[in-house]
Amino acid sequence: MNPGLAVITDRTLTYQQKVAGLAKVGESTENPLRIGAELQVYRDSGVICDLFEGSAPYRPRYIVPDYERFMRRGSAFLGLEPPRDIWEATAALLILYRHVPSITTFPVYLGDIDALLEPFVEDEAEARKAIGLFLLSIDRTINDSFCHADIGPDATTAGRLILELTREQKNAVPNLSLKYDPDRTPDDFALLAASVALDVAKPSFANHRMFAAEFEAMGLGDYAVASCYNGLPKGGGSCTLVRLNLAALAPLARGLDDFSGRVLPDAVARQLEYMDERVRFLIEESGFFESSFLVKEGLIDAGRFSAMFGLVGLAEAVNAFGDGKRFGRDAEADALGLEIIERISARVAAHRNPLLAANGGRYLLHAQVGIDSDRGVSPGCRIPIGEEPELADHILRSAPFHAFFPSGIGDVFAFEPTARANPLHLLDIAKGALASGLRYFSAYAADADVVRITGYLVKRSEMERLGRGEASLQDTTALGRNAVNNLGVLERRLRP
Amino acid sequence: MTDIARGDVARGVVARGVVAKILPFSAVDGPGNRAVVFLQGCDFDCRYCHNPETRALCVHCGLCVPACPAGALSLEGGRVRWDAARCVSCGACIAACPHGSSPKAVSMTVAEVLSSIDRYKPFLSGVTVSGGECGLQPAFLEALLVEARAAGLPGLVDTNGSADFSSLPGVVAAAEGFMLDVKAWDETEHRALTGAPNRAVVANLRFLAAAGKLYEVRTVVVPGQFDAALTVRETARTLVAAGSGARYKIIRFRPQGVRAAWRGLPTPDDATMGALAAIALREGVREVVVV
Ligand code: SF4
Ligand code: SF4
Repeated sequence: MNPGLAVITDRTLTYQQKVAGLAKVGESTENPLRIGAELQVYRDSGVICDLFEGSAPYRPRYIVPDYERFMRRGSAFLGLEPPRDIWEATAALLILYRHVPSITTFPVYLGDIDALLEPFVEDEAEARKAIGLFLLSIDRTINDSFCHADIGPDATTAGRLILELTREQKNAVPNLSLKYDPDRTPDDFALLAASVALDVAKPSFANHRMFAAEFEAMGLGDYAVASCYNGLPKGGGSCTLVRLNLAALAPLARGLDDFSGRVLPDAVARQLEYMDERVRFLIEESGFFESSFLVKEGLIDAGRFSAMFGLVGLAEAVNAFGDGKRFGRDAEADALGLEIIERISARVAAHRNPLLAANGGRYLLHAQVGIDSDRGVSPGCRIPIGEEPELADHILRSAPFHAFFPSGIGDVFAFEPTARANPLHLLDIAKGALASGLRYFSAYAADADVVRITGYLVKRSEMERLGRGEASLQDTTALGRNAVNNLGVLERRLRP
Repeated sequence: MTDIARGDVARGVVARGVVAKILPFSAVDGPGNRAVVFLQGCDFDCRYCHNPETRALCVHCGLCVPACPAGALSLEGGRVRWDAARCVSCGACIAACPHGSSPKAVSMTVAEVLSSIDRYKPFLSGVTVSGGECGLQPAFLEALLVEARAAGLPGLVDTNGSADFSSLPGVVAAAEGFMLDVKAWDETEHRALTGAPNRAVVANLRFLAAAGKLYEVRTVVVPGQFDAALTVRETARTLVAAGSGARYKIIRFRPQGVRAAWRGLPTPDDATMGALAAIALREGVREVVVV
């Protein structure tokens, strides 16, 4: 069947999912990118992959609007005055979300929603109702789990309401990060966040000090956590994300020396070449930055866009050369993993894209969480499911990798349901993890309906619905279901 | 008890303690995430004990050595040696030991204990010293609590209450709090359950509650083995009378891992546990947890 007709007649897709699917089919009829033969070989073999970004990029992959500016100034294009109360504020945001593009067709960043709404919280009961409807609208109209909201680091009434309502509603969308800073985030607020995480698999804890210091040092200023766990400059974003599959690359080498000396440098160079080409088309040909009202109204700035150099399958690459020593188990294997990441990091840092002003044209490293069709490829630098060491060891072994990935890396831990009796236990572990250098820490209790697949959240009940051949509101349900089957994400080691 | 009396620690040697095991992370041994130091040796013989191998000190008879499939055990100079690197944690040695002990308990200094948990410090609310019965090594216990506190790790003491803590002011001062088991209120039933009297336990309950040092009191409920309602009521009354804010954890007996004779006993049902919790709450206990 031709791809368009396959989408049209699929009984498990909603109308919106078909529209988005047909847009992809349409885009794929255009092939304006200049792709060299060597690169094409890597693309065909799955070593280099643009993660369904399409053959003719017509919008940046991830857009991180400056919602603070929008709240101060409204939007001439949308005909909106700055909001004056909690109802206008939540309505204004919901309206703008409809017009924020991304790879998924849905916004991947909703703002630091506690800080955005806090100025409008006057009567708590009214604010609870307004924010409750706001969160409900997001889940029911932004039908994609790569949609992400941030809260913290400071405690606010709006932030508390968001956490309480998140627990009540138990929805998969939006993904939620608590920007945690031990100097600013009070314990009672963090403890509430930990206990909500055990019920709804969110929020995750983002290492605010680490992100803030790095983005400052890169001259990027304020950051946001978007999509799965992607650290990106606020008022900008990422033009593209392409990933290098180290698990698929390793077998092309005749041994470790050949891998480090020849195979890896070549693949990194080809991926950089591919990213350059995607960025070139987006910036010079697509016309996005000339036509979007987001640019004209200063909600995004082309000068604050970077691009993400992703990688997956470090564990499998290390194990391929490890002489029986396993990544995440043996110090030598871990050291080899670090060495590989250092090599990649150095090559990526040495590359400049003159079209991008952000970070001096340097791309940002990203530990990609995988795609649903991956088999035997662990996300980013994660220790494979089924081989996870004991919790403390797991965190301490993983932490050194996190420093390399300002545009995102994270570890996910599944806890026994009994952990709910002592949420301070989880908070202690989250705090310790961040203090030990972890950038992003996610946890959930094994019996919750909402589960963290790799970086995004999906409801078990929705995956079951899809399994029965019925349509599911969120397009990410299908990804979750495949990842459960292919990556065994429900078999993560349970922590007592 | 006889085995312990032979141990050097019982003679008040502070320098070393006999440690059964150190768990870096625990969710169930006090507030937050805690490292737990289990000391070897106990003077109760609870019929529902889940760690019977922590009761006695090793007498170095060597009977467990041939049971080890991994070559982790050897007898050197009349003492059994355990090689942690070779051990595959199969439990065969513990099953083979006729003395209720384990060859894996090791003699450690306070500094060694603390340095083994040092890397986990950013993750911890504190440390809990448990057992076995940690009150049987009071000098080591006190030194451990003092040094742990100095290292930023407040210490909780998890005890069966057989040691007279009113005569151990150093331990009481150094501890952040105590977790005390009240296994049965009736003396005869307590003896039947543990092989030991409970006067000291009740005295400690009163003393620690009045001193404001009680963090938690626990009772394990085993249907038909003792009067749980009486135990919960009297324990609750004692707490409330002393103005203690300690929480009362009422725990279901679970047959997994106990000795063969008790494996057939039932787990109490929800109604039984709920009724006991109601008694404690009615008496005015601040917080009751059923697990
Ligand atoms: S652990 Fe038991 S069997 Fe082994 S030497 Fe010690 S007392 Fe004997
Ligand atoms: S648990 Fe005991 S028997 Fe088993 S390997 Fe370890 S020392 Fe040997």
